[in-house]
Amino acid sequence: MDNIRNFCIIAHIDHGKSTLADRLLEKTATITMRELQAQTLDDMDLERERGITIKSHAIQMKYMHEGIPHILNLIDTPGHVDFSYEVSRSIAACEGALLIVDAAQGIQAQTISNLYLALEHDLEIIPVLNKIDLPSAMPEEVKDQIVDLIGCNREDILSASGKTGEGIAEILEAIVQRIPAPVGDPSAPLQALVFDSVFDSYRGIFAYYKVINGEIKKGEKVKFVNTGKEYFADEVGVLKLKKEARDSVKTGDVGYIISGIKSAKEVKVGDTLTTVANPCKEAIQGFEVVKPMVFAGIYPVDTEEYEELREAMEKLQLNDASLTFEPESSAALGFGFRCGFLGMLHMEIIQERLEREFDMTVITTVPNVSYYAYLNKTPDVPILINNPSDLPEVTILNKVEEPYIKAQIITKSDYVGSIMNLCIEKRGELLNQIYLTTDRVELVFHMPLAEIVFDFYDKLKTISRGYASFDYHPIGYKESKLVKMDLLLNGDQVDALSALIHKDKAYDLGKRICLKLRELIPRQQFEIAIQAAIGAKIIARENVKALRKDVTAKCYGGDISRKRKLLEKQKKGKKRMRQIGNVEVPQNAFMAVLKLDD
Amino acid sequence: MAGIYIHIPFCKQACSYCDFHFSTNLKNRSRIIESIIQEMIMRQNYLEEEPIETIYFGGGTPSLLTKKELDVVLNQVYKTFPIAKEVEVCLEANPDDLNKQKLIDLNDLEINRLSIGVQSFHNEDLIFMNRAHNSDEAKTCIKTAQDVGFKNISIDLIFGSQTTSNQMWEENLNVFFSLDIPHLSSYSLTLEEKTKLDYLIKTGKANKLDEDKNFQQYLILQDSIDNNGFEQYELSNYCKNQAISKHNTSYWSHVKYLGLGPSAHSFNLKERQWNVSNNSLYIKGIAENNLAFEKELLSERDRYHDYLITRLRTKWGILYKDLETLFSKQLIEHFKNKSNLINPELVKKESSGIKIPRQHLFQSDEVIRSLWLD
Ligand SMILES: Nc1nc2c(ncn2[C@@H]2O[C@H](COP(=O)(O)OP(=O)(O)OP(=O)(O)O)[C@@H](O)[C@H]2O)c(=O)[nH]1
Ligand SMILES: C[S@@+](CC[C@H](N)C(=O)[O-])C[C@H]1O[C@@H](n2cnc3c(N)ncnc32)[C@H](O)[C@@H]1O
Ligand code: SF4
Ligand SMILES: [Mg+2]
Repeated sequence: MDNIRNFCIIAHIDHGKSTLADRLLEKTATITMRELQAQTLDDMDLERERGITIKSHAIQMKYMHEGIPHILNLIDTPGHVDFSYEVSRSIAACEGALLIVDAAQGIQAQTISNLYLALEHDLEIIPVLNKIDLPSAMPEEVKDQIVDLIGCNREDILSASGKTGEGIAEILEAIVQRIPAPVGDPSAPLQALVFDSVFDSYRGIFAYYKVINGEIKKGEKVKFVNTGKEYFADEVGVLKLKKEARDSVKTGDVGYIISGIKSAKEVKVGDTLTTVANPCKEAIQGFEVVKPMVFAGIYPVDTEEYEELREAMEKLQLNDASLTFEPESSAALGFGFRCGFLGMLHMEIIQERLEREFDMTVITTVPNVSYYAYLNKTPDVPILINNPSDLPEVTILNKVEEPYIKAQIITKSDYVGSIMNLCIEKRGELLNQIYLTTDRVELVFHMPLAEIVFDFYDKLKTISRGYASFDYHPIGYKESKLVKMDLLLNGDQVDALSALIHKDKAYDLGKRICLKLRELIPRQQFEIAIQAAIGAKIIARENVKALRKDVTAKCYGGDISRKRKLLEKQKKGKKRMRQIGNVEVPQNAFMAVLKLDD
Repeated sequence: MAGIYIHIPFCKQACSYCDFHFSTNLKNRSRIIESIIQEMIMRQNYLEEEPIETIYFGGGTPSLLTKKELDVVLNQVYKTFPIAKEVEVCLEANPDDLNKQKLIDLNDLEINRLSIGVQSFHNEDLIFMNRAHNSDEAKTCIKTAQDVGFKNISIDLIFGSQTTSNQMWEENLNVFFSLDIPHLSSYSLTLEEKTKLDYLIKTGKANKLDEDKNFQQYLILQDSIDNNGFEQYELSNYCKNQAISKHNTSYWSHVKYLGLGPSAHSFNLKERQWNVSNNSLYIKGIAENNLAFEKELLSERDRYHDYLITRLRTKWGILYKDLETLFSKQLIEHFKNKSNLINPELVKKESSGIKIPRQHLFQSDEVIRSLWLD
């Protein structure tokens, strides 16, 4: 146990965690050169394509230190805000963390928030200045920032490059020397913290854990303390690039178990694993349940694929317990699901995985946050509203509350003015403005969560030319002047397009949404009226003119193939449209409100 | 019955809207002609001895060829294939090439139909389209052609261009009708990728195409056709006294055709194939006795779709008796089911078949898509 080190790699998005992990794996010969690719641990197709880490990934390395073999369990974590719960869980299984800071970008918002997560769990922090090979690196300046942030000695900061491999040896040494070995009682009853679970279509559910006390043996009868469920430990082992079975996994080590668990719901991340024969007395304190931040309906484009969609969602949930869904129906779209996501990126990823891994064509409706509505007759009883269509009639409605967040933005001082304007436009209230250095500023705002759902990130990036990082935490609900805006196509209300918006912005938004829809809905045989309404009052209107020409009139000589291929393509495109009343609405129109400025 | 298409891949200059295959560099001209002759010999069995009813020089700009060059090619056709008695020999010509001597030469060659690419009688349009001729040349060449003895003349006119007002379009049509020629091909301007027009629009240097104006001009065309005793026999083709283009009609009538020259398309009822759209590669292929082309074998699905595409452009439409001979029972069943679901305004059902009434030909793709296989 003295020779085990458990650590995670944490940082702001794109600061080079996964690339640095590659170098560590390479240096410790955990993976062969042949197995090594860029960001080896990002093994999901989607991660590779987008170049970001979505899920934490644990892997075990062997390392010789002063002639003694050491086991280093590394957990690479995602940097994007939507997935910060992944970071929290990984931290719970570790005694130390490498805090990576990009030498060109310096401290960013998630550097700070992830650092605090690690400090809450008393992790030993090893600050690493990364990407020092970059010509734009500002090592001395960023070191100043790090010293200021964590109060360490300047000499404690390691310098490295995940690209050139510089500094990797020093990092490995520091891991062994600075991070404490896990403490635990090998002779106590088994007590293991479950920090993740993954679904494998061949082998079922794997639960990942860290053994706090005792050991877990193959073939033993084990029990999850919170769910009370018992299983046989069919296989236990450690996490190499592939999983490696062992007879047992001992105190302080990180491992996996396969035990005939059928559904992801049976494994609660944060649960404690013990043996039936000799159970531990107490459960380890688990994690807070992650709450979805954003909700949207997901519907099959083809109504007949509802059951298929349900199966696909269930399978996705096996791998992603943070996804929630429950059946709902819409007058416009039929049967589908109201889903909860951790953020907009999470939503996008779920939609993409449904299409890619399950071959489903789906419509995602306008996302919203969850609100509390209060009725006149029961003004003290909050009613949770996860779908704008469920908002009670104005006549009986007493008030509506919406979730607020505390937002922290770090930027260059040049952009402070325009970022403040953006936040105020987004109904934000400035709480604090701190100059971290002469040209780096931290801004703290309170603002409605709903405002960051709608094109906030993109705008922030644009106005700051990429020099702004953003982090947020929910801080509770506040009363707001919200109204429900409906959209009508040829006079019929399309519930899937309804949104709750702030009263003062209704006219402007209504107009812009109508214009956007006009752009997205293709001309059809008849004219289409697009209207935005609040209650019975129409606040905006646009028309899509009737299609006059639907043919290629030009002569192609004897080239019939070209025309046939064109029509095949159009026909395919139609399959991505949903008929509402007599109007065919393309899939992307339902998200129109999010892309008002494109 | 069969047709031969010969593609002459050269033009003086590139028209702004055009994405047909042509080169403005004429250096390969003699080698192309030699290669076309060679290709004819290589593929002499393609049409399986069916008599040739139509020979069509298209382009590009066939009128760039000299009398000698055309003569060599035509002679080879006559030597290689069985020719029907009343063969239609048509040539696409640009007005700037058609001086009196040229027209006499063409007449001598027994070319009996001219398709002249006028596009517009307004200089404003012609300049915007980057045509090589002007309005006067367009009018003059037609009169000269008639003087020389050509009767079977057609002109191409394009409507819906950014520069063409409704009034200008009416004027174009009036000039056309005053010329007393029996055939008109009139195309609505189609935006093609990678053309100069596409570039101009994408960079904001030209307005987007105005679909409503385009449709208005189609209606103007419809009216004036009626008033002048013309008949629309295909989406973009009009004639009087039955002076249809026999060659083009064969494309819509399930007839075999052999396409010679770069980018030319061929059809033998079972397969479609098309030569490479590149002059050098074409020449190289022929030289190595290894024609550069792509081919597709037509499935029943493809053949059905091709039938819809071609027939629904024409005044003849879909004939039940064709369906019976060409397609399986299931497919005919599919056709019947789907045709019952079509917006009844868009089609006219008769005992012999289904057609699109001409006021709806502009929406014909909608009809085709509704009859499509899933
Ligand atoms: N020049 C240079 N580029 C690096 C270095 N490390 C990483 N990069 C590049 O930075 C980008 C992000 O690297 P990743 O390793 O995916 O970053 P990450 O922190 O894992 O990102 P997330 O998991 O999405 O938060 C990639 O394009 C890498 O090639 C480095 O040391 N030097
Ligand atoms: C390929 S051209 C060949 C004939 C000859 N080179 C000429 O331009 O007169 C045949 C006809 O197609 C039409 N055409 C070509 N491109 C077109 C487009 N993009 N839209 C509409 N018509 C087009 C023109 O009317 C042209 O006369
Ligand atoms: S329209 Fe005719 S002349 Fe103009 S580029 Fe095309 S083929 Fe050549
Ligand atoms: Mg990563």
